[in-house]
Amino acid sequence: MNDFPFLSILTLLPLVGAVVVAFIPRARAELAKLVALGWSLVVLVLSVVMWIAFQTGGDRFQFRESYAWIPSWDARFTFAADGIALVMLMLIAVLFPIVILASWRDVEQSKRSVPTYFALLLAFEFTMIGVFAAADIFLFYVFFEIMLIPMYFIIGSFGGPRRQYAAVKFFLYSLVGGLFMLAAVIGLWVVGGHTFDFAKLTESAAAIDQDTARWLFLGFFVAFAIKAPFFPFHTWLPDAGGAAPAGAAALLVGVMDKVGTFGILRYCLPLFPEASRWFAPAALVLAVIGIIYAALLAVGQNDLKRLVSYTSIAHFGFIGIGIFAFTTQGGTGSVLYMVNHGLATGLLFIVVGMFVARRGSNLVSDFGGAGKMVPVLAGVLFFAGLASLALPGTAPFISEFLVLIGTFTVHKTYAVIATAGIILAAAYVLWMIQRTTQGTLNPVLPTVPAMRRDITLREKIVVAPLILLIVLFGFYPKPLTDVINPAVQATMQDVGVQDPAPVVANERVAR
Amino acid sequence: MEQTVEYAHATGVLSGIWLLVAIPLVSAAILLLLGKRADAWGHWLGVLSVAASFVLGLIFFISLAGLEEGERTAQQSLWDFITVGNLHVDFGLLFDPLSGVFVLLITGVGSLIHIYAVGYMEHDPGRRKFFGYFNLFVAAMLLLVLGNNYVMLYFGWEGVGLASYLLISFWYTRPSAATAGKKAFLMNRVGDAGLAIGIFMLFAYLGTTQYDAVFSSVGGLSSTVVLVLGILLLLGAAGKSGQFPLQAWLPDAMEGPTPVSALIHAATMVTAGVYLIARSNPIFSANHTLQVIVVSVGALTLLMGCIIGAAKDDIKRVLAWSTVSQIGYMFVGVGLGGGAYALAIIHLLAHGFFKANMFLGAGSVMHGMHDQVDIRRFGGLRKYMKWTWLTFATGWLAIIGIPPLSGYFSKEPIIAAAFERGDWTSWLFGMAALLGAGLTAFYMTRLFVLTFHGPERYTEDNKHPHESPYIMTVPLMILALGSIVAGGLMVLTDVPHWLEPVLGPEVEHEAVLSHTLITVLSLVVTVLGAGLAWAMFRNGTALEPQPAGVVVTAARRNLYTDAFNEAVFERPGIYLTRALVYLDSKGIDGLVNGIAAGVGGSSGRLRRLQTGFVRSYALSMLTGAVLVVGAFLAIQLGWLA
Repeated sequence: MNDFPFLSILTLLPLVGAVVVAFIPRARAELAKLVALGWSLVVLVLSVVMWIAFQTGGDRFQFRESYAWIPSWDARFTFAADGIALVMLMLIAVLFPIVILASWRDVEQSKRSVPTYFALLLAFEFTMIGVFAAADIFLFYVFFEIMLIPMYFIIGSFGGPRRQYAAVKFFLYSLVGGLFMLAAVIGLWVVGGHTFDFAKLTESAAAIDQDTARWLFLGFFVAFAIKAPFFPFHTWLPDAGGAAPAGAAALLVGVMDKVGTFGILRYCLPLFPEASRWFAPAALVLAVIGIIYAALLAVGQNDLKRLVSYTSIAHFGFIGIGIFAFTTQGGTGSVLYMVNHGLATGLLFIVVGMFVARRGSNLVSDFGGAGKMVPVLAGVLFFAGLASLALPGTAPFISEFLVLIGTFTVHKTYAVIATAGIILAAAYVLWMIQRTTQGTLNPVLPTVPAMRRDITLREKIVVAPLILLIVLFGFYPKPLTDVINPAVQATMQDVGVQDPAPVVANERVAR
Repeated sequence: MEQTVEYAHATGVLSGIWLLVAIPLVSAAILLLLGKRADAWGHWLGVLSVAASFVLGLIFFISLAGLEEGERTAQQSLWDFITVGNLHVDFGLLFDPLSGVFVLLITGVGSLIHIYAVGYMEHDPGRRKFFGYFNLFVAAMLLLVLGNNYVMLYFGWEGVGLASYLLISFWYTRPSAATAGKKAFLMNRVGDAGLAIGIFMLFAYLGTTQYDAVFSSVGGLSSTVVLVLGILLLLGAAGKSGQFPLQAWLPDAMEGPTPVSALIHAATMVTAGVYLIARSNPIFSANHTLQVIVVSVGALTLLMGCIIGAAKDDIKRVLAWSTVSQIGYMFVGVGLGGGAYALAIIHLLAHGFFKANMFLGAGSVMHGMHDQVDIRRFGGLRKYMKWTWLTFATGWLAIIGIPPLSGYFSKEPIIAAAFERGDWTSWLFGMAALLGAGLTAFYMTRLFVLTFHGPERYTEDNKHPHESPYIMTVPLMILALGSIVAGGLMVLTDVPHWLEPVLGPEVEHEAVLSHTLITVLSLVVTVLGAGLAWAMFRNGTALEPQPAGVVVTAARRNLYTDAFNEAVFERPGIYLTRALVYLDSKGIDGLVNGIAAGVGGSSGRLRRLQTGFVRSYALSMLTGAVLVVGAFLAIQLGWLA
């Protein structure tokens, strides 16, 4: 099975789908939706097969494929996946069909072309899979840049109010980051032995002198920090998340932003171990500020989608400290966090979208007592909120716990400040819940016909798999951690750090 | 103090301990997922699942008692929960003498309160959902006490917090209920953060969170580490148990339906902090300063609770402050350490009976009085609700410690133990506990007399009080029986000896007063307090709040603790978030936009420029990408080969 070209086919499949859907006439909107959904389900099935074929405990990088591209630069179409990329690819494959189904009615209201929207979603899936599957830095860079295009059009053409401003801002921020990265990619090619192959570069990068390595690290890091985003590069996200259609926003923060944290783990750490250690204190400080700062801002938001965007910035802070703590628990926790955050915040964005679609407003103050009108939907919103505040029993608890415990063993102060973030998380979630679904009924709500309809069958099918996965991985995270753990340990080895031993030696623990 | 703690694997009958948690959990899932389809029978499923857990708990308890002394542990690892690097966390359970008595309390008192709630919630359209949440609570609480490591405890800890939130804000359309639920969750999270950091410390210093490994190696920690660790655990315990400085949420939690107040906010969940400290006794016993801090928190809180309770007029709030105060006694017990650990647990069990009894009694009073809660508007109810009056009387006599009722056997030994510290702190803590006994007698007698005796002071719509149905009074009778005999029974059956394998042996201290004298003294202050209240309130009380002195005014306002929280945390927090929201849009984002504008000229021109630039850039990227992919495909398909 391992010889099957999973990654190239997975990458190209959605692109073909996008082209097919784009050519469906505008009048055949339902057909376009069905084709897009079916196509994304095929991608999901193939991904599941790949997941089964992946050998846990086998080679670090599996499913490697390499095809000639630009021989003179030694840039090739090289794909390979380690455990980290594998779980991210799986997340993408799971989220896209769900988002497509969740976006079923989103476009009708905007009076724009339905097939175009779903074609853009599939095109976006193509770029997402490509960016995680690439094992050639030039190929990665190309995907890193072109993934902006479908999202730019999704926000700019299909978004809410201020969509043009948000789309341009999103694009320019990413573009600036991309330019930094382009410089670093070229620099790396020059000093790294004139190749873009990741495997070869990890060998040759050790010879790069210290100062150059630090500059190159910074080039990559800035691009990734904007993408993630980390404080203080974050201000594009609330605008983009607030303006994007809810489903696309779920993909934006659920998958696309993870390219930033994934990039740090995949490229910054193994290629520039010394620079990573040198920059770690600064990165940790930014991440910790982000946790507290973004959580406080989330508390103060009156726009549901902006609120969720800010919670994500706080969550990326947790991912950041987990990565730069350089411990097995912190690193594994971070990768797990990327997956769980995709599920939990994806669900939160999608449910918020269901509320917004009914009410015709993003504003918290336009709700109030909505639990009386749509009790089941309010229950799902509450569940998504619990997952977002990392309650035990939901998957995000495991990742947050791992990040914090892994960070605590090496950086007590940062871990303690970050733990204060869990109090703020409860504050922003519960206050949002109280203002939207609890308390006295907003007298306007009963006059809005759509608010009288509780969750529909389609919406149930959308949220059920996410809820199931969140609960399953909340009680039994082993299928994920077993895949992630070896890849993270290998990365930590690249960085050249080891987990600290407990202060009191305890032979009973080391069973 | 090196010791090795080892737990035996669960075998035979005891290998079924996971059912204790699973049964109520499955029932909760059924009730919450089936929705209206389960409305007709849902409450009975809820009752049945807890009763089933109780029967199983009894069977497990008996088979545990059948084991050799010293081998009474049953550990069960259900699955590998978290394994990352050298961190191992079992999804594992432990049934031992300590968790055993908790299981019986939770499921036993829980069953009675579930039965009572069938009647109490009869006319509530959300009864099925209520039982779903109630079952969820029982499952989480059982997980909390049955976990075999600190992460499992935390899992249950947050689970009961969730259930508590859901049940406090059960009537969520009332803004006060929604706010009270949120307040409870947030204040608990402050404590939870402490507990979480404590767990991180265990891993960082000992490399494990499993109870047996932690307790076996805690002796190797420096005393500073133990102190910090203990304070963090204490913070968690104080949050869950409504102890100073995290007590303010508990009285507000009375917004929930009364069975919730009885089960969660009196008998079981709020005692979780006592459980945590008792379970962690090898940590707390390892540092003397730490123990003094725990006793101080307990002593301070028990006096606060009494003083505030004496000034309140809402029947449930008086009982809530009484709970705060009684848990203060338990904290004094677990803080004293040695033999007093067991005393605290005995008081916890006895309190579970008499406080649940009185809360359900208060519910019965409200049921017959159109949900009136103001004790100034009661009076003479003994004529109308004989059973409620009789059963409440047993609770009242039990809590103030009249022999031979429960409280006498459970509270008085804690007072005596406080006098036995052997240094000057004996006087401090002993006198606080003694004073508390007098104050308890005062405020509880005030509550009892104003409710059931004296002239009738009902409002216009409340002219015909009535007794509650048997489905509510029968649980009251059983709990009343428990309030009478539980204390004596626990002394007769030597519960301290039963708990000794977990909590350690009694340590002899020199008492500053003889035990007999302490017994006499506490009875004297009790009779004085009760007599004073009887004299003051037997003829009723004014219907409106009267002008009062400094102390009473302060007590009415919760000793200004709420005002403090509001002034120091809440309002600055609101201002801070507002300032940050402004700063983020005008500051950081404004800076970015400003730089962009400065580079490109006026911002209007810039926007057009940007838009055009993005479009063309995007288009060229898209074209490029399509070409690249096309070429790739072409190569693959061999057209160019």
